[in-house]
Amino acid sequence: MAEKLQHISDEQETIEDIEIRLLLEAIYHMYGYDFRSYSKASIRRRIAHRLDLSGLPSIMAMTDKVLRDRAFFVTLLNDLTVNVTEMYRDPPFYKRFREEVVPILKTFPFIKVWHAGCSTGEEIYSMAILLEEEGLYDRTQIYATDIDKNVLAVAKKGIYSIAAIRQYGDNYQRAGGRASLSDYYTCKYDGVIIDQRLKRNIVFADHDLATDQVFGEMNVIVCRNVLIYFDRDLQKRVFRLFADSLDLGGVLCLGTKESLQFSGLESEFEPIDSGMKIFRRKQVSL
Amino acid sequence: MHHRQRIQAVVLGASWGGIEASIKVLERLPANLPVPVFLAQHLRVSTENRLPKVLGQKVEIDVVSPEDKTDICPSRVFVAPPGYHMLVEDNAQVGLAMYWPVHYSRPSIDELFFSAGHVYGEGTLAVLLTGANEDGAAGIEYIARRGGVTVAQNPQTAEAPVMPQSAIDTGCVQHVLDVERIGDFIVEQVFGLTQ
Repeated sequence: MAEKLQHISDEQETIEDIEIRLLLEAIYHMYGYDFRSYSKASIRRRIAHRLDLSGLPSIMAMTDKVLRDRAFFVTLLNDLTVNVTEMYRDPPFYKRFREEVVPILKTFPFIKVWHAGCSTGEEIYSMAILLEEEGLYDRTQIYATDIDKNVLAVAKKGIYSIAAIRQYGDNYQRAGGRASLSDYYTCKYDGVIIDQRLKRNIVFADHDLATDQVFGEMNVIVCRNVLIYFDRDLQKRVFRLFADSLDLGGVLCLGTKESLQFSGLESEFEPIDSGMKIFRRKQVSL
Repeated sequence: MHHRQRIQAVVLGASWGGIEASIKVLERLPANLPVPVFLAQHLRVSTENRLPKVLGQKVEIDVVSPEDKTDICPSRVFVAPPGYHMLVEDNAQVGLAMYWPVHYSRPSIDELFFSAGHVYGEGTLAVLLTGANEDGAAGIEYIARRGGVTVAQNPQTAEAPVMPQSAIDTGCVQHVLDVERIGDFIVEQVFGLTQ
């Protein structure tokens, strides 16, 4: 057995690391998407996955194809941006948001929410429904941004599969929903379409956290399970961006396994719910 | 056998029946084990993240459910949080990710094994325990090709034989052991007590 086994040396692995760096450089220079500060282990696995499916002999060959074949690039982009989401993902988060953040928002005359990395939109509509049920939506503006224009187009349409919506209904109940999720969509062909009225206060825009700038004076920033794809340096940049985009007293919501610990900005925030990773930017910074 | 570099990390994969098996392995490890241990255990997605607590009550070595970008340190078991892939980054940090399930599983054992084998190379000790699907077999093969040490639980005494058997079928498992023996084997390897 061991005789047939082809050894993979450290040198071969280093060469592959270099090939990945060159691929990410090529993507940046050709298409403007900057994945160069993404977590290496995870991006490596996703590139390996696309390489396997493509039948190409090497990452160098893939780089060549990415530069010349835009359709292939779009496929790879979808692998690299990870669009895994659902309505009311982590129901306890929405429950805590209702209990702890909504009372704060009720004291504001106007509410600006930035949902960074909104993907195909399921979590945007979850928030819109929650704010509607709390009587806040008419004075809310949601800015829904993502790096990938293709997923933003899906988010804007608000059409989802019937199979998925059953799971979402369960999430909605566990998240403390006040009605039935089916009140907010209609069935159409083999999918469901989200109530068009929910779109009235949502602006969709493409925004790259790795390269773009501050996004106005927000009361709430929701960015859940996006930062896990970034290395610590890029995470630091984005946390600075969030702090600068949030009003004093504004609320920052992260994924449950994401941490402010490495941001260098821990002292600027206080926890509202440390388990659900809901933080508030401190009122006074003397 | 040629000289082998000291073990730098232990990676464990388990699925069906794996919690009992993991306890049997981890309870043999001393609290001062000089390397980190990573465990990917398949769980139903809805399962609460109680595994580290359950393990922590039964074993001596420290058990944690890491947050993203946590520093890796020795004498600690890092348990993949349910719903996330757990990966080893090359700057001694844990990386978490939510990309597609692999073998219907997130966390996936293969994803952990591939990332650990890349970083630790021949310093990787990989153990595949009981389970009813084929996750982990490709990872075992990769770690063997990187020069690491590979172990599978004896399928004949495993609660679910498919997972260790799939790894053995790759021809890349060096040691097939009963679960009661695996913890001591890890200790011997890590402390360099092997013949």
